[in-house]
Amino acid sequence: MKVGVDREKCCGAGQCVLLAPAVFDQGEDDGIVLLLRPEPGEPDRAAVAEAAAVCPTGAISISR
Amino acid sequence: MDADLPEYPFTQPTALEPPPEWEDLRDRCPVADIRLASGDRALLLTRHADVRQVLGDPRFTRQLDADGAARVTAQESGGVFGSEQSAMTPTGEAHQQWRRLVGRYFTARRMTAMQPRMAAMAGSLIDGLVAGGPPADLVKGFAFPLPVWVICDLLGVPDSDRDRFSHWSDTMLSLTRYTQDEIDAAQLEFGEYLWAHIEAKRAGPGDDLISDLTAGGELSPIELIGTAQGLLIAGHETTANMIGKMVAMLLADRSRWERLLAEPALVRTAVEEVLRFDANPGFGMPRYITEDTVVGDVKLTAGSTVISSMAAANRDATAFERPAEMDLTRTPNPHLAFGAGPHSCIGQALARTELQTALTVLLDRLPGLRLAGPAADLPRREGLIIGGLERVVVTW
Repeated sequence: MKVGVDREKCCGAGQCVLLAPAVFDQGEDDGIVLLLRPEPGEPDRAAVAEAAAVCPTGAISISR
Repeated sequence: MDADLPEYPFTQPTALEPPPEWEDLRDRCPVADIRLASGDRALLLTRHADVRQVLGDPRFTRQLDADGAARVTAQESGGVFGSEQSAMTPTGEAHQQWRRLVGRYFTARRMTAMQPRMAAMAGSLIDGLVAGGPPADLVKGFAFPLPVWVICDLLGVPDSDRDRFSHWSDTMLSLTRYTQDEIDAAQLEFGEYLWAHIEAKRAGPGDDLISDLTAGGELSPIELIGTAQGLLIAGHETTANMIGKMVAMLLADRSRWERLLAEPALVRTAVEEVLRFDANPGFGMPRYITEDTVVGDVKLTAGSTVISSMAAANRDATAFERPAEMDLTRTPNPHLAFGAGPHSCIGQALARTELQTALTVLLDRLPGLRLAGPAADLPRREGLIIGGLERVVVTW
């Protein structure tokens, strides 16, 4: 699983960080998404898929 | 003159049940002509894809000060959806800058760090309820004071002034409840209060959002007041109402409450599901359409005012399996309770953390909680842009 984030689209809702804190974070100066792990391991994949599905701006993309 | 247009907001059969118009319009007329409390006409969207599209379109904003835009409330001006507030709401790039400036205070990690203090506050409120003994009104004793305390703490304003905030918030959120004079007076008082507060923080800064924003100098005084006002109103009314509705929904069918007692790990998905299932969230989100655009197979013409019913969209069978059923394990749950797109709720990580904390503490401390009367008799708060319950009387 490869994860991509679009920092221009991101509105800083923080759902992804609440769901997968090992994979996503938010910038301290702007609250916008930071990608910690572009290729998350098995334990995080379900949470990452959920984060992508519920992101309010569709800023998270997933490819195999 | 179009006397037959449906009047919006629609009436619910009871406080926890959705108005039947939602399903009807979603199936039959996804872009519906409606009449607002002002008498003006608008278009109502009820499908998930349509609401998501319009709210996510950066061209369209809440700029209801435009010529020909519909007036949302019964009064001429004022309040959250009034023309002055619209004129102050930044759009496009200015909005993105504002969003990032303020958004950094509402990150998931900051909210998670506040969680132990929220839990302690929730615990002490429950101590108060227990000391008074059952029955008790959960709205007054728990659902309102908790979010007010949290947002006051974040903003650095004294929560001893909370009765004044409640009054100012209610007037600013009035749909039909208050007169123009009352709204104007509240707006003036609220602005003066916040201005004095900002001046005090300039002289003696604390460890809070208003002190930081004041010292940072990025916002003008008017923008600072608008920001503080918006955060105080949004931060307290919405979550407070949602805590009351959440508990009512979970107790209305007590097998839901019992399931959470048995499986507390479901609190997170249960909170998302009550947000989706909320049949009384309030008015919805207005947008002024500035360029012709196509939604579904309907053309919206420039100059129309569109109201997105996120709650109707949250029961759309094309987006959710068995939408009329409350499923505490639903995953993923792409509900639109916080809106969508660049303007979606800035405080949603805060709201989620508060709702999860409130529910966890209630389950832990008051496992025997139940409604004191029939769910169908729960009284709605009337005449405001946001929906809620006036009282949720419980025993334990």
